[in-house]
Amino acid sequence: MQRIEASRYFDIEEQLSGADQADAAFKRGLIKLVVVIPENFGENIKHQNKVQVQIIADASDPNTGTTLTNYIQAITGDFQSDLNEGKKLPYTIIPEVRMLYNPQLKGAYNFVPGVMAMVLMLVCTLMTSIAIVREKETGTMEVLLVSPLQPVLVILAKSTPYLLLSAINIASILLLSVFVLGLPIAGSIVLLVLLSLLFTVTSLSLGMLISSITASQQTAMLISLMGLFLPTLMLSGFMFPIENMPPPLQFMSNLVPAKWYYYIVKAVMIKGVGLSIIWKEVLVLLVMTIAYLTLSIKKYNIRLATT
Amino acid sequence: MERGNNQEYAITAEKLTKTFGAFTAVDQISFTVSRGEIFGFLGANGAGKTTAMRMLCGLSKPSSGSASVAGYDVSHQPEAIKKNIGYMSQKFSLYEDLTVMENITFYAGIYGLSNQEIRDKSASLLQELKMEHEKKKLVKSLPLGWKQKLSFSIAIIHAPKVVFLDEPTGGVDPLTRREFWEMIYASARKGTTIFVTTHYMDEAEYCDRVSIMVDGSIAALGTPSALKQQFSAPTMNDVFLQLARNATRQAD
Repeated sequence: MQRIEASRYFDIEEQLSGADQADAAFKRGLIKLVVVIPENFGENIKHQNKVQVQIIADASDPNTGTTLTNYIQAITGDFQSDLNEGKKLPYTIIPEVRMLYNPQLKGAYNFVPGVMAMVLMLVCTLMTSIAIVREKETGTMEVLLVSPLQPVLVILAKSTPYLLLSAINIASILLLSVFVLGLPIAGSIVLLVLLSLLFTVTSLSLGMLISSITASQQTAMLISLMGLFLPTLMLSGFMFPIENMPPPLQFMSNLVPAKWYYYIVKAVMIKGVGLSIIWKEVLVLLVMTIAYLTLSIKKYNIRLATT
Repeated sequence: MERGNNQEYAITAEKLTKTFGAFTAVDQISFTVSRGEIFGFLGANGAGKTTAMRMLCGLSKPSSGSASVAGYDVSHQPEAIKKNIGYMSQKFSLYEDLTVMENITFYAGIYGLSNQEIRDKSASLLQELKMEHEKKKLVKSLPLGWKQKLSFSIAIIHAPKVVFLDEPTGGVDPLTRREFWEMIYASARKGTTIFVTTHYMDEAEYCDRVSIMVDGSIAALGTPSALKQQFSAPTMNDVFLQLARNATRQAD
């Protein structure tokens, strides 16, 4: 135990005393790995010369899971050879590895949530902003504003197709991942779909915000790509684990909506948790959505009043 | 003045002002436009024409002063105004990727015309424009002059009381401009009030009355012949140049 703590790769979060506690800690995302040491570890090793420890890793991110278990196995191996120094009958510690959530270490467990975040972000934000700005460019927006149509209605109408498109996207990605990639959905599908729709609305409102501050399609596209697509790719935790990033980047990753969505999808889809555990992340997304919407409506009104 | 219900005038403006921070874009302009009148609204670029027009269309709230269009107050009843006006912007503003017929149906639909009305109106509209054969063509394939005429017909498809035209004939050949103005006359004869901005001084001569904006205020207002007399100039062009030269504001 001390050896694990001493290695600079691990921080011991807490000493758990039962399978239930370990399960709960995994679901809350507090821990990435558990080493189960049997109660009578000391006794057994003296009398039977061999003992089993169990290593349980959170493999919802397969790379991290594999790396962690390798480290732990190396540490237990060290421990074993130290114990055996000058002994005739060698002690053996048999590590038994279990990959939680993703026993086959499939990459799909990692990239399906990532692809969902990417596709939704791309379709909603990019397309919505371009579609609205396009109306501004062609001058048709002005005519629509002079018409009896409510501005809010115009914006809603512009974003509805993308909302529908995203719904189709969500459905097809989920169907593909279940039937083609063989990825089970551990949690509630209803919750997953609802939260995906929430993220869609977040992306849509971000797209509206972009469209309200830009005047040309190129600008809107650049902002969407540079300002959103790259951070979504780099900072959502999809490609690189956020925990390994330098603190400024970790801080920045909090501003990326996709990070929260990615976390939510992994939690619901792979770990099978419910709203009671991920409510914080959901709340963050909700607050972001409301903030973007308020800002873009405000911008929109200012534009009406001043130009 | 009785607010909101003046039936004699289609447009009234009373010390209408718009400021952006310290900059006064439109400075206390007052004028009236009678029903069925063709009112020319002239001014150099940056004189405040577009801002004034946006206020009258209910797109922009006046900073002070009041105005009414088609009997409704611009500050308080912009939605009612929007139902009663037509608007054609200086940028060509039909959907290029839709056909002629789809554009007509879309805009007529926005103004709440019933399907039956849309069928009748579009048939007569296409006949007037002699565009029956083009109704299934994409708008982007039409020549500019045709597009502008179509644009105007669509702007008046819901028989608005007042129609605002923002430099409707920019870049159009003289013959088409002539035809365009005949359409304007025809619609004015039916009682529609026309509020038009233009840079072409020969077009100013076609208007019943003309106002010339300089630096945010109206420098001259009257019939073209009265203005020519007042400034003892042979053409409207000379009237305009006399006034615009005195402008202090830089054109944008």
